[in-house]
Amino acid sequence: MSLLEIKNLKKSFNDNVVLKDISLSVERGEVLAIIGPSGSGKSTLLRCITGLEQEDSGVIKFDGTFGLVFQNFNLFPHHSVMKNITNAPIRVQKRDKNEVFEHARELLKKMGLEDKEDAYPCELSGGQQQRVSIARALAMNPDILFFDEPTSALDPELTGEILEVIKELAAEKMTMVIVTHEMAFARNVADTIIFMDGGVIVEEGSPDEVFSSDNKRMKEFLGKFYD
Amino acid sequence: MILSTVIEQLLGGMVTSIEIFLLTLLFSLPLGLLVAGGRMSGFAPIRWIAKVYISIMRGTPLMLQLIVVFFGPYYLFGMSLSSDYRFIAVIIAFTINYAAYFAEIYRGGIESINSGQYEAAQVLGYSKIETFFIIILPQVIKVVLPSITNEVITLVKDTSLSFVIAIPEMFTVAKQIAAADASIAALLVAGIFYYVFNVLVAFVMARIENKLDYYE
Repeated sequence: MSLLEIKNLKKSFNDNVVLKDISLSVERGEVLAIIGPSGSGKSTLLRCITGLEQEDSGVIKFDGTFGLVFQNFNLFPHHSVMKNITNAPIRVQKRDKNEVFEHARELLKKMGLEDKEDAYPCELSGGQQQRVSIARALAMNPDILFFDEPTSALDPELTGEILEVIKELAAEKMTMVIVTHEMAFARNVADTIIFMDGGVIVEEGSPDEVFSSDNKRMKEFLGKFYD
Repeated sequence: MILSTVIEQLLGGMVTSIEIFLLTLLFSLPLGLLVAGGRMSGFAPIRWIAKVYISIMRGTPLMLQLIVVFFGPYYLFGMSLSSDYRFIAVIIAFTINYAAYFAEIYRGGIESINSGQYEAAQVLGYSKIETFFIIILPQVIKVVLPSITNEVITLVKDTSLSFVIAIPEMFTVAKQIAAADASIAALLVAGIFYYVFNVLVAFVMARIENKLDYYE
């Protein structure tokens, strides 16, 4: 059985139909990248799956925990890096304090931020903040990790450090759904790519299949990146 | 009258002024938060009640509100109230008046918090109440502190309005001495007291602001 299964998902904002009948599934250990032009509905799809938007109709089948990494990090500015990461596991998941702290230190080390546990988000670069937010999501021991354009708010020179982290997670078989504008990265890291346009899934398949598609809209979209 | 006697007589009033000040803050700061919640409620009747309440409190003189709260129960409802009610009326009038101002300050602060903070908290599984008290309110306090300081400083001076229902706070006492002595010395001493009190308030609030300066 798939870890996440979506059937006939529909969502409109007033008269604006954003998602028209989306169905997809994600297997355990799979990395799915969702690409497509602005306004294609990719972020809304992620927001419906994570409960930040209420879908109009359709079925979302998922039991487990998830983490969401936002475009703008959304770290809590008044909490230290350590508290940002540990507070929810301790308060919400009621896990043992020492175990959570140990876990958090492990994650910070993995993110290359072991010396930043007492820092506040405002003292960190955008790339460091995004790594903290990935650590915060991972600290909840999620079955699946969602990324909503995780590099779009970053300067180009900081983008690479986030993509590296995601690549590492993919190598560890973390299940991930990544909405992204980084075509080369999506091609490189994803097992499956979904191309969305106008609220529908236009293409779906392995990176090679999708990137060599003859679909007109897909070609136009890729043309913008490669011409 | 010699100055030391004036100060001695004013001292009793001073204590009353400080009591009014502290009790008003104690009650109006939390009440303001509740009113702000009502003002932003998704339930229209509650939102309107809060709106009308704020509008009346801010739109009519505090001195009149003091008179209405003190005399109202007798003239409107024929209730006879104990002599303690004079002081209670002052605290009620100040509290409901300041809560209205604080409510609007809180509302501004709450609305200034990015919606991403709520979303991050929701995704991490915090309940609505946890989100408000752990994530939102601490950030709101930092944002609103300068505006709160303004109101608190005004409150120090506004305590003098209680003379209108003959509460023996400092201004009332100073006026009595001034009338008996045919000299404004007592009023000047009272003025110095209000000023020193406010310098202290400003100092304490600046300290709190500094404490919250550890981020952003």
